[in-house]
Amino acid sequence: MNGELSIPQVVIAPELAWVGLAILLPLLSAVVCAICGALRVKNKLPAIVTALALAISFVIIVQAYFAYSGPVQVPIFQWMTFQWGAGGPFHSFTANCSLYIDSLTLYWMLFVTGLGTLITIYASEYMEGDRGSGYSRFFFGISIFLFAMSALVLGDNLAMLYLGWEGVGLASYLLIGYNYDRPSAVAAAKKAFIMNRVGDLGLALGIFMLWANYGTIQYSELFAAMNSGGQSAVDWHISVIPFLLMLGAFGKSAQIPLFTWLPDAMEGPTPVSALIHAATMVTAGVYLIARLYPFFELHPEALATVAWIGCATALLAATIGMAQYDIKRVFAYSTISQLGYMFLGLGVGTTFGACYHTLTHAFFKALLFLTAGAIMHGFAGQLDLRKLSGLRHVAGWRIVSWTMFVGCLWLSAFPYTAAFFSKDAILLQALTSARADFRFLGWMGLFTAALTAYYTFRVWFRVCAGPVHFEAGSEGHHDHDDGHHAQDRRDAPGTHATFHPHAPRWAINGVLLILAIGALAVGLPAYKTVFMHEDNWAQQMIAHSSAYEGAGLADAHGHSDAPTPTMLGMDAHTGLTVVGSTASVGGILVAWFFHLRSRKSADQLRAALLRRWWLGWIPTAMEHKWYVDQIYHALFRLPMWIGAQILNFGDRHFLDGVLVDGIAKIPLALGRVFRPLYSGALQGYAVTMAGGVALVLAWASWVWLRGVH
Amino acid sequence: MSEALSSAFTIAAPTQISIALAISAILFSLGLIGFLCRRNLIIMFLCTELMFQGAALAMIAFARMRMDVSGQVFVIFILTVAAAEAALALGLVVLLYRRRETLNSEAWADLGES
Repeated sequence: MNGELSIPQVVIAPELAWVGLAILLPLLSAVVCAICGALRVKNKLPAIVTALALAISFVIIVQAYFAYSGPVQVPIFQWMTFQWGAGGPFHSFTANCSLYIDSLTLYWMLFVTGLGTLITIYASEYMEGDRGSGYSRFFFGISIFLFAMSALVLGDNLAMLYLGWEGVGLASYLLIGYNYDRPSAVAAAKKAFIMNRVGDLGLALGIFMLWANYGTIQYSELFAAMNSGGQSAVDWHISVIPFLLMLGAFGKSAQIPLFTWLPDAMEGPTPVSALIHAATMVTAGVYLIARLYPFFELHPEALATVAWIGCATALLAATIGMAQYDIKRVFAYSTISQLGYMFLGLGVGTTFGACYHTLTHAFFKALLFLTAGAIMHGFAGQLDLRKLSGLRHVAGWRIVSWTMFVGCLWLSAFPYTAAFFSKDAILLQALTSARADFRFLGWMGLFTAALTAYYTFRVWFRVCAGPVHFEAGSEGHHDHDDGHHAQDRRDAPGTHATFHPHAPRWAINGVLLILAIGALAVGLPAYKTVFMHEDNWAQQMIAHSSAYEGAGLADAHGHSDAPTPTMLGMDAHTGLTVVGSTASVGGILVAWFFHLRSRKSADQLRAALLRRWWLGWIPTAMEHKWYVDQIYHALFRLPMWIGAQILNFGDRHFLDGVLVDGIAKIPLALGRVFRPLYSGALQGYAVTMAGGVALVLAWASWVWLRGVH
Repeated sequence: MSEALSSAFTIAAPTQISIALAISAILFSLGLIGFLCRRNLIIMFLCTELMFQGAALAMIAFARMRMDVSGQVFVIFILTVAAAEAALALGLVVLLYRRRETLNSEAWADLGES
């Protein structure tokens, strides 16, 4: 820690306030969507408004990118300011609505708003069956989602980050539970929300600890405190900060132990899955760690924890993904797995690799989810990869099949695709690390890459290649009410003799093509590095922000002046390219053999595994997601359920039975005593009253007579 | 109370007060007896008015005795409330008559609890 942390100084730039429109516009479109919902608008107005607002946000961010010259802080308005005592640090609390714009912010906002726009355009067609009922509600959720994500990324302090953090949690809850009449969707929404709450607790405590140690929660002041040697005092209440923040990031980005909500989140409509998995929500955790990276570097064990958790998540999710039959579920586990890579990258000290992988992953994962959504849309909810085959030979499905092919190539990190380079950057850093455990994690990452290639192409070879055969979904896609779908549903349950899949139209196909081109385009910076030896654009963007790997750790990893690391007798870079390509291509070939060439052999292999008692449990456990849900059920839900039952019993029988009902019985008993007095004869009451008067008179006379004597 | 106002009153003799109180007691008793003995709702209502006036008269008499106008002010309020209450009560009586075609209070004895 030689004090050379190059977190650049900020400049106050109020003239850049127009960048704040990127936050405001999604909020305004949310208001418009809410009004549309109240007025029961039947046309596509909410989608158009949302897409326009997000597109303008994207243009604003592009403008800001070209106007960018160095980190700036843009004050918009005063939000919260408290001061007590003498003022200054520890005697004031400031959280203003201001923007902190540096290259990391712009990098993130570019793909958040860009992909948000594309997914909204896709959703305008995907959701059209819900016009007049849930359409406005859906786009309201999308707008809130993007509003929260923009506030999270653009805010200049941790209070705004927390606002956005909770905002994306809320929006994901609303959107996952979009089909609120389906119990599974409601359960998934609750699961996502509650799991995120666990992580949010860590984030909130982390923010409190940051304030308690540095007296501020504004990035610029925090980084200034770091630059001025605030990192020297490493005792527990400083070193606990990264662990608390990490918990928040693990919750939002679906890492062990808080990952089980993400696969269930696909209960929401597919564009929501694409939004959650690609652009917003899950990338927030990576952003949090990248943004506050100096605080993680204070404590090497914190980064090691991030690396271990990331790698373990990548491997676990990949093994689960290999054994799932639901296309969206496979992709959901692949998201968790790829997020694991990002955390591995952060942990081993390459923020560039992590952030670049976030970017490439955002594109190919959005692409994959949207193709899966198109298939689900067209085949009446069918997503079982055993019941779909040879789609690329079906008219109208070629674009979907081939864009899915591109997405699969990218996900499996096929050599010389963008994701290959981003994964390469992460694994290279791990494998050339000075720490032996990081090198081990690097090899685990390579093994996981082979598994990734296998399960990705298992989906594509099953669904898009092979003989043409498909069955329509039994449930029917319940949000289709347009005439020609009603006809499909009449035919259901259909085989392909009667069932006519509903091929996607321009909005879906167009967005898929743009995303495929985008997935190619995000590889450009890497190609320039490889073939033209220019600096990587993404690396530049990350290195000039707070996510820059500090001098201290870079030295520890032998980053700059250590002898060139070697791997398998080759230069480490070449060696990794060879091994990584082998892993990827090998995985694809295995998938090709088992799922296209000879599908029978896959079943035979599975049966052979199941026959052996010492191997049989592996595929079973993988299909049951390693029983994580069941373990959580036994560890957390069951004890809570038992506690709730006990409390419920106490509530019903003691609080309600003895206290409340018991007290209520007193007036009842009194009433039983006095009720005969209310005979209903009016004169009876009058006599009672007269008797009362007589008694008063008698008492008065008695007092008077006593006074006389 | 101002001097001018208090000089306008003269202290009433105790006999005059007792006469007023006796009349008020008679009025109240007549009302009470009538209320207890009669079954006609309208007559019973008139009897309550009689008891009212008995009480009001006692108040005026005491106010005179203590040279304090607040008793008289109170009576003005009682009269106002009684007028409003008379309109309400007579309206109720009319409604009750329409239900059971009789003014006998015993027709409504089934409203009792036992």
